[in-house]
Amino acid sequence: MAGAFLRRLGQTVFVLFGISVLVFAVFFATPGADPSARIAGRGASPETLAAVRHEYGFDRSMPVQYAMLMKKLFITRDLASFVDRGERVIPEVLHAAPVTMSLVGGAAVIWVFASVLMGTLAAATRGSLLDRVLMIAGLIGISLPVFWLGEVVNLFTQSRLHHSWAFSWVPGLGYVPFSTSPIGWFKALVLPWCTLAVLFVGIYGRVLRADLVATMQEDFIRTARAKGLSPARVLLRHGLRTSMVTFVSLFGLDFAQLVGGGALLTEVVFGLQGVGRLTYQALANLDLPLVMATVMYSAVFVVLANALVDILYAVLDPRVRDGR
Amino acid sequence: MSEVLLEARDLTKTYGGGGLLSRRRRARPALDHVSVSVSRGETLGLVGESGCGKSTLGRTLLRLHEPDSGEVFFEGRDIIALSAGDMRRLRPEMQMVFQDSYAALNPKRRIGALLAEPMRVHRRRAGAAWTPAEIAERIDELLDLVGLNRTHLQRYAHEMSGGQRQRVNIARALMLSPKLIVADEPVSALDVSIQAQVVNLLVDLQQRLGLTYVFVSHDLGVVRQIADRVAVMYGGVIVELGDTDTVLHRPAHPYTAALLDAVLDPHLPFRRRASAPPVVTGADSDIGCRYAGRCANVAPLCRQRRPELGGQDGRMVACHFPLA
Amino acid sequence: MDAEAVLDVRDLRVGFGRGVDLVDGVSFSIAPREILGLVGESGSGKSLTSLAIMGLIPAPGRVGGQIGFRGTELLALSEAERRALRGRRIAMIFQDPMSALTPVYRIGWQIAEQIRAHLDLSRRPTETRVLDLLSAMGIADPRRVASAYPHQLSGGLRQRAMIAMALSCDPDLLIADEPTTALDVTVQAQILELILRLRDEFASAVLLITHDLGVVAQIADRVAVMYCGRIAERGPREAMFGAHARVHPYTAGLLGSIPRLHGPRVARLAAIPGSPPNAALRPPGCAFSPRCAHASARCDTPPPIVPLGDAHEIACILPAVAAEPDHV
Repeated sequence: MAGAFLRRLGQTVFVLFGISVLVFAVFFATPGADPSARIAGRGASPETLAAVRHEYGFDRSMPVQYAMLMKKLFITRDLASFVDRGERVIPEVLHAAPVTMSLVGGAAVIWVFASVLMGTLAAATRGSLLDRVLMIAGLIGISLPVFWLGEVVNLFTQSRLHHSWAFSWVPGLGYVPFSTSPIGWFKALVLPWCTLAVLFVGIYGRVLRADLVATMQEDFIRTARAKGLSPARVLLRHGLRTSMVTFVSLFGLDFAQLVGGGALLTEVVFGLQGVGRLTYQALANLDLPLVMATVMYSAVFVVLANALVDILYAVLDPRVRDGR
Repeated sequence: MSEVLLEARDLTKTYGGGGLLSRRRRARPALDHVSVSVSRGETLGLVGESGCGKSTLGRTLLRLHEPDSGEVFFEGRDIIALSAGDMRRLRPEMQMVFQDSYAALNPKRRIGALLAEPMRVHRRRAGAAWTPAEIAERIDELLDLVGLNRTHLQRYAHEMSGGQRQRVNIARALMLSPKLIVADEPVSALDVSIQAQVVNLLVDLQQRLGLTYVFVSHDLGVVRQIADRVAVMYGGVIVELGDTDTVLHRPAHPYTAALLDAVLDPHLPFRRRASAPPVVTGADSDIGCRYAGRCANVAPLCRQRRPELGGQDGRMVACHFPLA
Repeated sequence: MDAEAVLDVRDLRVGFGRGVDLVDGVSFSIAPREILGLVGESGSGKSLTSLAIMGLIPAPGRVGGQIGFRGTELLALSEAERRALRGRRIAMIFQDPMSALTPVYRIGWQIAEQIRAHLDLSRRPTETRVLDLLSAMGIADPRRVASAYPHQLSGGLRQRAMIAMALSCDPDLLIADEPTTALDVTVQAQILELILRLRDEFASAVLLITHDLGVVAQIADRVAVMYCGRIAERGPREAMFGAHARVHPYTAGLLGSIPRLHGPRVARLAAIPGSPPNAALRPPGCAFSPRCAHASARCDTPPPIVPLGDAHEIACILPAVAAEPDHV
């Protein structure tokens, strides 16, 4: 187990290295384009261009350029934006990250609990009215665009019903750091959480139900019943426990892409200065250093989440542990 | 002894073990220097328990698996050395029938299309493609041979019984008039009464078409019914080889004797065993005889030197202390 | 109801929804410490019969008739009462011990789970009991097996663990559904030997469900042959096997289909023509008549159960046929 863990960690580092090389190649080593012009932004003066060229080592060899860039990204962390008058981009990303993490983490807790509940209930009552209602509700959740849902939530809680007893507690749009006020943090995020989670509750609930229904046809479920176990125990300890594999792999991917900037729409609608929004602004301004930083940041998350999912697999299924 | 159709020399095959990131322990060979020959028109039975290498040998004889080393001569040509194109042109001569009659048939195509497929993808020996009329004629001929009728052509695999599906698989294997058929447990998944029908069919077809069979099975009774000679495999090697009745009635290898002793023959009732056969404890030996760990007659020599397959033509045995 | 019997099944009917009865009037009984072999091909209804006894027929199944267990009518019990019996007094083992054990839990945990579900034992005695059971199955290192996951064991060890689990609460009846079909012959012999020995040590009656007449001939005390949801024949093993036995034409056909390992080799096996019918297409009279060499017009009405001698009965109008016709 420990060996497998270390091996997986080694692979992760290797993949991250590969991604960094790829990012470097795409932004700086594309033939026929001058990267300094792109970094300096539109309409930069010749002096700025020369400064950029020197600072990034574009007059030197490729490996040196790569090393200098990585140093700027990870060690000195002084990669600066020229579009944004020399604003350092790493602190910007580090500032946006907690916002996105809070948003996505909270939503994930909600969607995991709600979808497990929903999928299990639907599978347990398969074919019943409750099953159908839950599955249709899931489908509706999947079909609601998150920006629309967010705007509707805002419409009610920020303007129409803001002064009614139900929503008077809702603060204005924006983020409150957890360190400033845990309660304020919670109040500011609870509606964005729910909004973001709705889509995923629908998907995960339906996926889990399908997996669970298939698992309940397995021979070992028949054995569990033949042992005289209660239906609840058969469903939860034997059925649900072995049905979590697809769920976990989906979760790893979704969580990673959301943290890496995929929650853009939710962040925009609720006025949260997160990574998604930052990436979007960087792209809109063609702010290359910032784009690169956010791309690296999200790549790290996707890769780490994948490694985590693999480890979770091994915890969930002993067969994976033994490489079978 | 009549003309040799197929001869394998010194075949060795090891599965897995590869891959830089794999941490599998040194893999045991599925085939360990196996040599065997099959005469034209005869049936060679390959028997043994799961994991003994009998299926691997059957597939390697048709080069469905590539051996790590060794040669397979089909009508005097080493097929292992053939190019992919030459091998493909030789395929019509050698066909395979599998245990799982359902998995072997594409569930989305009608039986008629499945039967026509081999003649559509292969050309005749002269090089020209078969005409649709010829294909239809051949299908009619084979339906008659295997005991199906034209109404079956419109069906899908799931609409047929296991016995009928296996007849379809046999007919499909025969479409291109092969000389050699390797059948891997072709009747093991069938009900007893259907199993007998298919065994009879295989025997009839051999007599009418002069086919050569390699018949892989764990069922000694079925093998006795169909095979002229039988090779008993254990741990990737042939431990005994000879005329079916000689091997099965006067086994020379202790493993053959143990296999025969374990068979429950309803034609010989009231033979309640005096003592239980020994529970497998010893791991298979790496240096000496593979069977030494389970053998009742084990002697020190067995753990030191591996016995070679030797003896007269009617029977060969790989044992330092043969029983007969 | 036979109060002596461990299990007394009378006129059992199992069907789904509005379909025909897939098990159609099956009756048999099992005495204490007896091994009854229930033989049939696929679709004969033998597995449905066992699931009906366990009370595990899934919705929308319906079960009719009577299932007397130690004098109690099982079909009259509530679901909770049946669950208390299940795994406690009636236990079951299945064909493929790989898929029949939950892949993500250790063997010991799975056995202990059944003990905890029925017996009021604390952790230590439960642990001891698990290890004792495993060593009673002839397992040399029960600790290693208890801490292994199912995929880490060989087929034979898995089936031993499965049997240990089934016997963990000292059941009165063990239902074994094709317990050796997925195993190699040498392992099969060991498992059957184990079942024979345990019948004496644990004093369980055994309902052994199999398609394999060889298994039945080896270890059953009595045999019931099922065909298309009905009993074709039942009787003591001695009366059904051997050169002088006289049996139902279907049983004779099954025996003829099995190649001999000894004696002269026949050119062709005496196969039964056709294939076992789908219960929905069951002919009105004797279900076997379309495939029977001896069938006549009289077979168009359901055959009576005819006694042949010492507790041996067949559902056939013929005075039975030789079990080994071309063998003297």
